[in-house]
Amino acid sequence: MSELKLMKGNEALAEAAIRAGIDAYFGYPITPQSEVIEYLMSERPEKRTGMVVLQAESEIAAINMVYGAASTGKRVMTSSSSPGISLKLEGISYLAGAELPAVIVNVVRGGPGLGTIQPSQADYFQSVKGGGHGDYKLYVLAPSSVQEMSDFIEDAFDIAFKYRAPVLILSDGLIGQMMEKVVLKDQKERMTNEAIIEKYGDWATTGRKDRERNIITSLDLESEKMEAKVRKLMEKYERMEKEDLRYEKILCEDAEYLIVAYGSSARIAQKAVELAREKGLKVGLLRPITLFPFPKQQLLEIADQVKGILSVELNAGQMVEDVRLSVEHKVPVEHFGRTGGIIHTPEEILEALEQKIIKNGRIRHHKVGESSIL
Amino acid sequence: MDVLDIIKSENQVFCKSKLMTDNALSYCPGCGHGTAHNLTMEVIDEMGISEDVIGVAPVGCSVLAYDFMNIDMTQAAHGRAPAVATAIARTWPEKYVFTYQGDGDLAAIGTAETIHACNRGENIVIIFVNNGIYGMTGGQMAPTTLEGMRTSTSPYGREIETMGSPLKMTELIANLPGVHYVTRQAVHTHKHARKAKKAIKKAFENVHLKKGLSFVEIVSNCNSGWKMNPIESNEWMVENMFPYFPLGDIKVNGKLK
Repeated sequence: MSELKLMKGNEALAEAAIRAGIDAYFGYPITPQSEVIEYLMSERPEKRTGMVVLQAESEIAAINMVYGAASTGKRVMTSSSSPGISLKLEGISYLAGAELPAVIVNVVRGGPGLGTIQPSQADYFQSVKGGGHGDYKLYVLAPSSVQEMSDFIEDAFDIAFKYRAPVLILSDGLIGQMMEKVVLKDQKERMTNEAIIEKYGDWATTGRKDRERNIITSLDLESEKMEAKVRKLMEKYERMEKEDLRYEKILCEDAEYLIVAYGSSARIAQKAVELAREKGLKVGLLRPITLFPFPKQQLLEIADQVKGILSVELNAGQMVEDVRLSVEHKVPVEHFGRTGGIIHTPEEILEALEQKIIKNGRIRHHKVGESSIL
Repeated sequence: MDVLDIIKSENQVFCKSKLMTDNALSYCPGCGHGTAHNLTMEVIDEMGISEDVIGVAPVGCSVLAYDFMNIDMTQAAHGRAPAVATAIARTWPEKYVFTYQGDGDLAAIGTAETIHACNRGENIVIIFVNNGIYGMTGGQMAPTTLEGMRTSTSPYGREIETMGSPLKMTELIANLPGVHYVTRQAVHTHKHARKAKKAIKKAFENVHLKKGLSFVEIVSNCNSGWKMNPIESNEWMVENMFPYFPLGDIKVNGKLK
């Protein structure tokens, strides 16, 4: 039965994974996402659904366990936080190269290095530009509520299996740690081994019964074949852009100014939009729900309508580059964001909007090297 | 008997396993990998488990093992085969899962994955081909390179003071309670190949009996990397590798010998 509960984002994600009928989770503790594996271990998912949960010896081992289970057609996931995701990137590149479906969750904390355990959105570049080595991208979902932490699990697996590609859920310490009410979906049955062999027998390495052998590899030493492989990946990403782009527009119909923000920043920016409206400023919010694919066309269209755009991110300015590329210099685009684990307030966002965009209007353009953080 | 009669298939005592593909081996002539592959495939064929086997290939000379073994295989990142195999065995407990790895892969970059898969007692087989060198990348020093042995990254010979001693990974993991069977074999003579095959068979039988981890090291030659002809390399292996990596069972039925 679907159920209303008060839960932390990390716990809602873990519960949703069990209910979605996921086959396996492999992880390694790191703040601020350790609740995912703690919750899974305490729930005894091996008894509830037969789901395998294993604490690996490292993030590297965990992502390679994901690779192993994914190569056999199982629904498998891992979660970590920024430094741990950096360690997983080799494995994520292999998942993309070997065309394996899997879900990776990043509950982002501040960096670089060991950085801070406080929330951040500084892994945007790493997430949407591939991250690891080689020509690949990840389909990136950015939840902005505990409800979406729960809902996006199934969505992520649907996409992962539709394209046979790794999918990233890019959350952050704020969404992972905060408690909200969440409607949990009904329990789904895990797929039987017979069903997996039947459905994914054309590629999964489940044992060579009644068919030719299957091979999972990202290697091809013949240049023409390797190039064809890369081209196939690029075609996948083009198809994702056409068929599976997700975004949300809030109060954009009459907007003269636009804020672009995702995840936790979108929640805070929504409040800033309300404050602006109370002051008589016509401000709208565009929230990319997928960061790849990115709502490029939607931004280009709205650039004809608004006088300026503020990209609000908990980082030193990353998504702002994609917003600028999207609007093709039609309007000024500025960045605002706090770092170090400090979370910007709606008032700060509104002030930045007024200072950087509204006051300066169309004449002001971003100068190279100019700092955009407070 | 004429030579043409001798090579007729009915007269062959040792021949290519039915589970080996017809692809030309990418290994140097004289290398032990081909024999190690063939023995593994013979065991799988004789046990009748070819449809229930999932192999995990490493990075190294045997990265293309899947081109030669006619079974389902997944190629793992460098050193990560035991983690990949762990997940396959955990999610398909009724299957036979094995890794096939070299010494750079298993005993250097993959040390953590090897030790922890062994320590958890994963119900898998690890076949570890130790030739004391990185063959694929052109003969660099491996964790198992012997003292004084010249490689492209130890051009004046391995110096223990600065480069450490050759790592006896097999003895190391034999001490872990999760490991059920540990043996060190060789494949350079018919006699040794027969013994190695028995060891590999025992390892796969342990998977069937859910005994935990079985670890079969095969000390082999790398005539190209060692810059010798195949015969010299095998003689050098017997004289130098075997004293440091002695052949025989190290742990049987969970008990150290």
